[in-house]
Amino acid sequence: MYSVLGAGVAGLCVATALSERGLPVELVAGPDIPASHWAGGMLAPMCEGESAPPEVVHMGKHAADWWSARFDGVHWRGTLVVASPRDQAELLRFARATRGHHTVDPAQYEADLKGRFSRALYFPEEAHMDPRAAMACLRQRLADRGVATVKTPKGQIIDCRGLAARDQLPDLRAVRGEMLVVHAADVHLTRTVRLLHPRFPCYVVPRGHGIYMIGATMVESDDDGPITARALMEMLSAVYTIHPAFAEAQLLETGTGLRPSFPDNIPCIREAGGRIHVNGMYRHGYLAAPYLAEELADRLTKGLMNAS
Amino acid sequence: MFYGVPLTSRLMLGTAQYPSPAVLADAIAASGTEVITVSLRREGVGGTAFRDLIRASGCRILPNTAGCHTVKEAITTAHMAREVFDTKWIKLEVIGHADTLQPDPFALVEAARILCADGFEVFPYTTEDLIVGEKLLEAGCAVLMPWGAPIGSGQGLRNIEGLRTMRAHFDGVPLVVDAGIGAPSQAMQAMEMGFDAVLLNTAVAKAVDPIGMARAFGQAVQAGHLAMRAGLMPPRDMASASTPIFGMAELV
Repeated sequence: MYSVLGAGVAGLCVATALSERGLPVELVAGPDIPASHWAGGMLAPMCEGESAPPEVVHMGKHAADWWSARFDGVHWRGTLVVASPRDQAELLRFARATRGHHTVDPAQYEADLKGRFSRALYFPEEAHMDPRAAMACLRQRLADRGVATVKTPKGQIIDCRGLAARDQLPDLRAVRGEMLVVHAADVHLTRTVRLLHPRFPCYVVPRGHGIYMIGATMVESDDDGPITARALMEMLSAVYTIHPAFAEAQLLETGTGLRPSFPDNIPCIREAGGRIHVNGMYRHGYLAAPYLAEELADRLTKGLMNAS
Repeated sequence: MFYGVPLTSRLMLGTAQYPSPAVLADAIAASGTEVITVSLRREGVGGTAFRDLIRASGCRILPNTAGCHTVKEAITTAHMAREVFDTKWIKLEVIGHADTLQPDPFALVEAARILCADGFEVFPYTTEDLIVGEKLLEAGCAVLMPWGAPIGSGQGLRNIEGLRTMRAHFDGVPLVVDAGIGAPSQAMQAMEMGFDAVLLNTAVAKAVDPIGMARAFGQAVQAGHLAMRAGLMPPRDMASASTPIFGMAELV
């Protein structure tokens, strides 16, 4: 029996992958809201390559396929990356640092961007989804497969607790992220739009029905207190740049999450303290967790890993 | 010498915006820098884990007051920095304009006076203005950090003649060109002009390969300093053949 600790995106993907291979699994949910609850739900490995190392881009390559096979809410609409006229140097830099894009007229893809930006980078192979709906779907699938959620672990522990595993993983640190959700009835975007800015980059992920997730700050801090006024102002002024109708949006939610991160910001599988860890998702949980879960399932079925 | 501390490397590196602390650590090593600056204003007390990683580099830490817009904010941040890093050094930034991040010289001088009196060793981020520089020295600063160009702009030395004048005016005062450097050639130019060091962040942190760029800057700063010490030739109007023409064979 494998006991998966933590029901964030890492724990749910691991439990799913193991269960699908026919391995006996139980889930032990922690008391905290997982960092993945606050995620944007972008399945954008190419864009992440702007600052993430090639390992992360590689891990994320098939993430959208993995989610699509299990969850019917993956939207294969690609990503548009834009910058205001005076920040065109940022667009050039982004294009240089990433692959899998071409330059387009954004109005051809999102009518609402007509006249706002003369050009954009388009990443056609990327997708997005509602991460909370995706996690709910995995939870339901696990329940349907008879995977029990228990209080006390009985089997070999696979620790996916995120930041709570700092007691076992001393090099795990928090990177604070702040986000918001708005209802902007007058804005019609169907795909992720990233706005590049030297100081306040942001992205908008459509959730449908005029709801948009706006994210996200990156602060080297383990303070999980409410969103700061600065973060709110910066992100709102950034989306206002994308479309002025965001000024009339209603603010539905703000949130703060702490991303569990290793010093190299690369998610990984580790063995430590007599247990297996899948941790350090940083900002790549929805991209990396499926890959690492399948990798772990491979190793366990082939008997390549035995942390007991 | 910066407040009695001699440095081998004349490059100072910022620690923000890197892809990861691991890349930052490798960039620090590749650059050869001995002084790194760290911000505290936004991260606050919750930033301990990152600061521990920074300390592990073994570099001397120059905490900064980046993000402070008033004297009070800057002083509070400086006190926190002294406590957190156990150092008297503080890179004093008091921002006067949210868009250009231009320093507010009036608040800067006021904050410098208070901090120097309180025993801090202040590295003020200033413009190339001579009078502001004099007021900062009078306030107790023993180093000046004129900007090359606005923070993060990568425009290089925007007012070369102004910086040259400043270098000549403050003979013997350690001067560090801080901010606006985008390319190693610009850092090298500052060193050739006789500045004592160069401080930069974005040009390395946001390079496609930050480690490679850190190495390039380290070498450029070293080369610029060597060139200044070796004595650069002054530009001449006329061509001057380096090989004598007399006695050369005439090929008809």
